[in-house]
Amino acid sequence: MQTNNMSATALSTKTSTRAEALTGAFMAAILGVVLVWGVGFSHIEAVHNAAHDTRHANAFPCH
Amino acid sequence: METFRRLFIVAALAGLISGIFITFVHQVSTTQLILAAEVYETAGEPAEAAPATDPAASAEGTTHTHTDGLAHEHSAEAWGPADGLERTLYTGLADILTGIGFSLLLVAAYRIWGGQMTWRTGLYWGLAGFAAIVASPNLGLPPEVPGTEAAPLLDRQIWWVATAVLTAVGLALIFLGKRYWWAALGLALIVLPHAYGAPQPAEHVSLAPEALAHRFIVAATIVGLLFWAVLGAATGYFYNRVFKDVAA
Repeated sequence: MQTNNMSATALSTKTSTRAEALTGAFMAAILGVVLVWGVGFSHIEAVHNAAHDTRHANAFPCH
Repeated sequence: METFRRLFIVAALAGLISGIFITFVHQVSTTQLILAAEVYETAGEPAEAAPATDPAASAEGTTHTHTDGLAHEHSAEAWGPADGLERTLYTGLADILTGIGFSLLLVAAYRIWGGQMTWRTGLYWGLAGFAAIVASPNLGLPPEVPGTEAAPLLDRQIWWVATAVLTAVGLALIFLGKRYWWAALGLALIVLPHAYGAPQPAEHVSLAPEALAHRFIVAATIVGLLFWAVLGAATGYFYNRVFKDVAA
């Protein structure tokens, strides 16, 4: 019984760690998409002009 | 939050290193070709290049019509960095932000995958990133110097994003899939956007000579390879250091 309880606790800790890792990874991915979108795809003209040479070099659709 | 904090540190370091590195590479390669092409582009726009004869036109900006039939105005006041140091610094900033952005996507994938990372495994992931973000989209929409006529912007952006995502998912299925048909499905996803075809302009017009356009395609693709190789190796290295205590 004691062993069962311990393994259940270990399992739930492992699950919550996995959930925390996945949440963190998705947050990082969303921030990454926002950054790349801002530099490479935003239609705001000042942003386009500032990042112009980077957009062309990365072949992000431009103009 | 702990995972996000660590992932952000890894991505910031790797993005900063690869962004600064590629800024120097851009200055001696692609930017030189862009500047050369802009000479032809400016020469090809008499309406915008003749403010002395018509001050009213330059003050109000110029309106022109794109191939999608939508007229829009290039306001004369639209801000842009001045040529020289200012323009280089903004290119550097954009390169670093792009580096951090793509690094965040890479390290997020490492964490979800959960395997052991080293600089070398990171390099492999970086090469996959090059295939998904540079090579595959560039086949349909080659890198263009300024002054090249292209299909409507939004159509190209949608096709570009769809191609990059499908190629990335396809490569993940090929490398990480457990059954043979996962790999078959992965290949199909990579082929799909190219079978559909990239949006093309009604007619191909380029103000810059073809030789210059071709050199730009080669330069942008090779610089992209360097960028993704450094990005992958750097994210793999720092990820290994920062997540040393976390068992896969």
